[in-house]
Amino acid sequence: MIGWSDQHDSQIEETMTDTNAYPGVPEAEFGDFVALLKPRVMSLVVFTAFVGLWVAPVEVHPFVAFCSVLFIAVGGGASGALNMWYDADIDAVMRRTKGRPIPSGRIEEGTALALGLILAGFAVMMLGLAANWFAAAFLAFTIFFYAVVYTIWLKRWTPQNIVIGGAAGAFPPMIGWACATGGISIESLLMFALIFFWTPPHFWALALFMKSDYHEAKVPMLTVTHGHAATRRHIFAYTLVLAPFAIWLGLTPVGGPIYMAASVVLNVLFIHGGWQILRRDEKESIADGYAVERRVFKLSLYYLFLHFVALLVQNWMGTW
Amino acid sequence: MTLNAEHEIHRRRRSRNVGLALVLVSFVVLVFGLTVVKVKQGDMMEGFDHQPRVSVLPPEPEASR
Repeated sequence: MIGWSDQHDSQIEETMTDTNAYPGVPEAEFGDFVALLKPRVMSLVVFTAFVGLWVAPVEVHPFVAFCSVLFIAVGGGASGALNMWYDADIDAVMRRTKGRPIPSGRIEEGTALALGLILAGFAVMMLGLAANWFAAAFLAFTIFFYAVVYTIWLKRWTPQNIVIGGAAGAFPPMIGWACATGGISIESLLMFALIFFWTPPHFWALALFMKSDYHEAKVPMLTVTHGHAATRRHIFAYTLVLAPFAIWLGLTPVGGPIYMAASVVLNVLFIHGGWQILRRDEKESIADGYAVERRVFKLSLYYLFLHFVALLVQNWMGTW
Repeated sequence: MTLNAEHEIHRRRRSRNVGLALVLVSFVVLVFGLTVVKVKQGDMMEGFDHQPRVSVLPPEPEASR
């Protein structure tokens, strides 16, 4: 080791004998890479894409259907990794996201970017080979929309970020439908509308009782830029806009009495929840710890899940 | 810090290696399964050598006359 400085020697020794080449930074385990793909968001993608594929009027081989949904999920995961790569600075500020793999130092930003890009290319190619190239192109557009249009462009710029960006989360059932049919139709557009108009009241209800996080992260959430009163009006307005699309879906060939009954009940409950949020002021909400807002947020989760379950059940029992 | 026989970092590295192995094996299984399904659904193609299956080809214009 002639010519090497003591510092180099000690560094090499440390690297060879220490179990961690970067002191203070824990190495990632496999679960950290899985967390990078946002598995909870993926579960929504998997479920809605599966329903879109299942209720389509074209039969798909079960293994091809399984692979298609899997590749759509991988595409969703790629979007999640790209989102975490770009939003690492925001995630480090927010309490809810501080423990994510990048802000906690377990995964480097470049690794997340590489994983996101590789998985995106992989998912699109494999979906094209497994299903069809229209569905693959649709998946590529969805990943682009979430990673670039929402994450890079809209999220830090406008309080309407989740309204437009919510489209990315609404595309999966259309991609599932496209896997089976190779195209778009009124049924898949209405499934898109169902998620698209559901997203704003869902997220804004959450933002009402998670306000401090978005404020500290300087994300222009509606609650920060326009205040809670305006957010409450928007939540109620979106529940009203959402209902006709949800019920219209029940009048298409994928609908039926079971879906219609479920949809009417869920929309009445959701509009009532929106109305309750509208009528409250901050004093009341703070007094009971945002109990109503929390309840409506939970209801919004059931609202979407049960609509898609109703579509599955209706398809199984026979449509109109 | 000395290198123990079983350190936390070994567990993490093993989880990465096992995870990656499972992903790769799953990928092989998926591609194999898709190949089988696609070949079986090959419509007018014979499964074994990708040759057109004469018995299911549409009749030639001359032959139909």
